[in-house]
Amino acid sequence: MKKRTPPPADAGPFAAGTAAPGAIDADPWTDLRRYTAARLALGRAGASLPTAEVLRFGLAHAKARDAVHLALDAEALQAALAADGCATLRAHSAAADRASYLARPDLGRKLAADSAAALRAQADPAGCDLLLVVADGLSSLAVERNARALVAEIRRGLPAGWTLGPVVVATQARVALADEIGQALGARLVAMLIGERPGLSSPDSLGLYLTWAPRPGRSDAQRNCISNIRPEGLGHAEAARRLWWLCEEARRLGLTGVALKDNSEGALPGAGPPLALPAAAPAPDTGTQDKQ
Amino acid sequence: MPYRHTLDHRNWLFADLREVLAKASPARSGDQLAGLAAESAVERMAARMCLAELPLARFLEEALIPYEDDEVTRLIIDGHDPAAFAPVAHLTVGDFRDWLLSDHADEAALAALRPGITPEMAAAVSKLMRNQDLVLVAKKCRVVTRFRNTIGLPGRLSVRLQPNHPTDDARGIAAAIVDGLLYGAGDAVIGINPASDSLPALTRLVHMLDEIIDRLALPTQSCVLTHVTNTVQMIERGAPVDLVFQSVAGTQAANAAFGISLATLREAREAALSLKRGSLGDNLMYFETGQGSALSANAHHGVDQQTCEARAYAVAREFKPLLTNTVVGFIGPEYLYDGKQILRAGLEDHFCGKLLGLPLGCDVCYTNHAEADQDDMDSLLTLLGVAGISFIMGVPGADDIMLNYQSTAFHDGLYLRQALGLRRAPEFEAWLQRMQLVDEAGHALPLNPAHPALGTLRRLALPA
Repeated sequence: MKKRTPPPADAGPFAAGTAAPGAIDADPWTDLRRYTAARLALGRAGASLPTAEVLRFGLAHAKARDAVHLALDAEALQAALAADGCATLRAHSAAADRASYLARPDLGRKLAADSAAALRAQADPAGCDLLLVVADGLSSLAVERNARALVAEIRRGLPAGWTLGPVVVATQARVALADEIGQALGARLVAMLIGERPGLSSPDSLGLYLTWAPRPGRSDAQRNCISNIRPEGLGHAEAARRLWWLCEEARRLGLTGVALKDNSEGALPGAGPPLALPAAAPAPDTGTQDKQ
Repeated sequence: MPYRHTLDHRNWLFADLREVLAKASPARSGDQLAGLAAESAVERMAARMCLAELPLARFLEEALIPYEDDEVTRLIIDGHDPAAFAPVAHLTVGDFRDWLLSDHADEAALAALRPGITPEMAAAVSKLMRNQDLVLVAKKCRVVTRFRNTIGLPGRLSVRLQPNHPTDDARGIAAAIVDGLLYGAGDAVIGINPASDSLPALTRLVHMLDEIIDRLALPTQSCVLTHVTNTVQMIERGAPVDLVFQSVAGTQAANAAFGISLATLREAREAALSLKRGSLGDNLMYFETGQGSALSANAHHGVDQQTCEARAYAVAREFKPLLTNTVVGFIGPEYLYDGKQILRAGLEDHFCGKLLGLPLGCDVCYTNHAEADQDDMDSLLTLLGVAGISFIMGVPGADDIMLNYQSTAFHDGLYLRQALGLRRAPEFEAWLQRMQLVDEAGHALPLNPAHPALGTLRRLALPA
């Protein structure tokens, strides 16, 4: 079981315990914080949050706000991937800058005209079985911290009978941008590795969206998602394993999305049976009778 | 059919009813994104004045989305009750606002009216209402639902305990549940948004919640908020499912993007009803909605996002849910740009939902890429409390570490109870009193390390 340390007390001089005596009701279950990064046992000033927590939360929000606007260093990422032996391509959405990206998701879902032409010119006529697209999304921090390692794990797990395309590094991108990229490069499946919206406790979480037969117009119900990929969440190796499981199923069924049920034995790291409930949880059902 | 309104010798023209509604809407980024919003403040007022003069009955004659193309439209039209509509059938939209605010529209009259009101009528009148109107009329609507406790009684507020964990870690979830119960939260539901989409993992969570509720004899219900087809499969395999969750939207095409139809929901409800797990009632669906979902699926048919949202409530009410909540700020700034837009949308959604007869709650929330902060949430939370919101979310410290957004904390529920004198579902409050967690007035009691409830909950969820 993976254990979390309590969230850091960013509030410095306002650390718990310095408040006026008697003003705060402490919660005598702070030890539960070892099981989760959630903000447990915060104590109360009357019904309300103590000052230390109000400040700690405010700082976390400030950091997340700043993370949204940090630009992805695409050239550095391409260089790093090239050093690992990956061919790479660049793509850019029709959103020219961060402001239009945030206000106009439609622009983030389609390629800029010059980017679309460049991709088509570089396409391998044979296409590929799986194309990886790495995109900034709402957190370039997630890409900088996780993309290289995840791509390496995915390549390490490449099963026999599968071909991988070049890794496309895309900026100002939404999930659906991978549909147009995948179609331009003749991919049978496309996996979009994209920065998720930053949370207070996880400004660097990467999401992965897998789409069969990508082309513009695919809906979210036609994708499978693996979320919260980062060392403190779903590890890179496990994410790669689940991706390949989904890829094999997608190929077998000829689809992705709600009809592809993830029976990859959902034991996420640390998600063991509830310890207090002996013999309550049923044996994991790995049957496939429900697949369409 | 085109609509006109003359203002200071200028003739404003609107191509159809959809355009009147869209341009009458208070400004918001999603309608601007869709190219539907009024292009000036005066055009917006011209559209509102035009709308105010339209007969309510017009909405029965001109479907915003064609009957032939959309099963939600068919549900709305086929389900309309002319007898219930009769008391307001002669009114214009503007007159309807006055009527709703008048003493004629008391709790009984509003309840009787529900089958006669379409979502489009509710949306239309809301566009003429100020925030205080949305508060006041919603407060007069009474919607009571039951499964293992009673949600929506006067002077009551329920809280969904939302113990999410980024890897569905059982102990992490259990720890958050203990925290929430010690704060007196959880009477709406203990509801987990799972990170995993995998049936074995989902099933383990369903069993875990069932065990906790059973061993503590907790008068509440559980829900694992996964796709409805996953829940049906779990029911078929014998999992102890209380509530069936699904996100729903206001058009057939948007629901298709969610991977559902009305038939899917009907089958799921019947499957869950067959388990007969509700002790007080059989309201067992849990729906979530939110402005912008139809547009984000490119399935809005030129209809503004608030009207699409009201249509989602027609979908929800067909299935007699225990809970329905608008996840108002979750979708992001491209649909609701800032605190002002989120606040307005939350009040509109609550009003429309209650007028249509839904047990409406609100996930008072925002994301880190929106122009909003905790102060904006405090304002919306307080207004919704005054308006009689059925339930809110309870997340440890307001920080959802799985979904990466800010909702309301257990503390926020306590704040609202203290500020407005709101109590919990009576069955749940009685349990808290037996556990000596709250006093007779429902106030949370300070806990010392030797408090018996602390030991009980700790042993249940987290043995040494």
